[in-house]
Amino acid sequence: MIWFQLFLSFLQIGLFSFGGGYAAMPLIQEQIVNIHGWLDMDQFTDLITISQMTPGPIAINSATFVGIRIGGIPGALVATLGCILPSCIIVTLLAKLYLKYQKLDVLQSVLNSLRPAVVALIASAGISILITAFWGSGGVIRLADTDWLLVVIFMVCVVLLQKLKWNPILVMVLAGVMKLAAAAAEKWIF
Amino acid sequence: MKSKREVLLKLFISTLYLSAFTFGGGYVIVTLMKKKFVDEYHWIQEDEMLDLVAIAQSSPGAIAVNGAIVVGYKLAGMTGAVTAIIATIIPPFLIISLISVFYNAFRSSFLISQLLEGMQAGVGAVIAAVVYEMAGGIIQGKSPVSILIMAGAFAATCFFGVNVVFVILICGLIGVVRTLAARREGRK
Repeated sequence: MIWFQLFLSFLQIGLFSFGGGYAAMPLIQEQIVNIHGWLDMDQFTDLITISQMTPGPIAINSATFVGIRIGGIPGALVATLGCILPSCIIVTLLAKLYLKYQKLDVLQSVLNSLRPAVVALIASAGISILITAFWGSGGVIRLADTDWLLVVIFMVCVVLLQKLKWNPILVMVLAGVMKLAAAAAEKWIF
Repeated sequence: MKSKREVLLKLFISTLYLSAFTFGGGYVIVTLMKKKFVDEYHWIQEDEMLDLVAIAQSSPGAIAVNGAIVVGYKLAGMTGAVTAIIATIIPPFLIISLISVFYNAFRSSFLISQLLEGMQAGVGAVIAAVVYEMAGGIIQGKSPVSILIMAGAFAATCFFGVNVVFVILICGLIGVVRTLAARREGRK
């Protein structure tokens, strides 16, 4: 039963994530955190972080990660299968049509119209990740509970990415090291 | 072209290699695929590859997987597609399995938990930068409908908790209507 649910959830993630990159992230959050509660926001954010640090698409990484935690290796296999099944069917169908007719323009223009929505969805998911980082996974935003150190680290990272065009993986590692250094200093020096 | 078995073996090894060592998502991996299969092996024509990449990018799902499917299918039919998919999935599957086994132990260690917490702020910054760039592109496009869709979709998910799938379905439908309307306009 749990395997069937994993399969169905990741089938939806595979079917509705358009545009690659972070497009799958809001769908994963909806299924894994909001609907089924298989991960809390903290674990979900870790998962996105880990996905950024390792090769492989976010959706496949999530299928493996969540699948194993919920249903062991078979769970991971079922979730991954669900995730790629829509791709397999739709992409081979389109490739077949393309090799026959060599035309794709309708598809591309529909995708162009979907892009603004995908940007908005990624923004929403990004905001919930930041809320988790600054206020913990409880989701209650109170000024007094703000982790100001992480707010500062976030702002430093934005400058490094936007102004200095640093590599994202390098920026993330640096963010981790800054927090670790500050926590270690607090623990052992003061 | 070489015998089918040889093509499948080479396809398997090269997609496995690309999947294991490509950081930075689907768009990067598709570019590397083009380098490998068009420039190095000369198995696919350049302009045909561009169209195959367009299919991979406009279909739902992970672009790396979609790219593997189109290239595999083009080279060796269904067997090729399946071969390429398996090769693409093996590296992330193994790496993440390993990580998820150790995750709980990792997370409770002081060192790793502090690192991960800092990296959460870092990944937030990376996403913010990506969104800033993408949203900037949409706004510069100066299409009122696109900007309205973006604002509406954001409000729906961020403030009203509307299901993401529902938002995508509605916006996809708007896209179809817009495309059809534009065609009709063009025909007049």
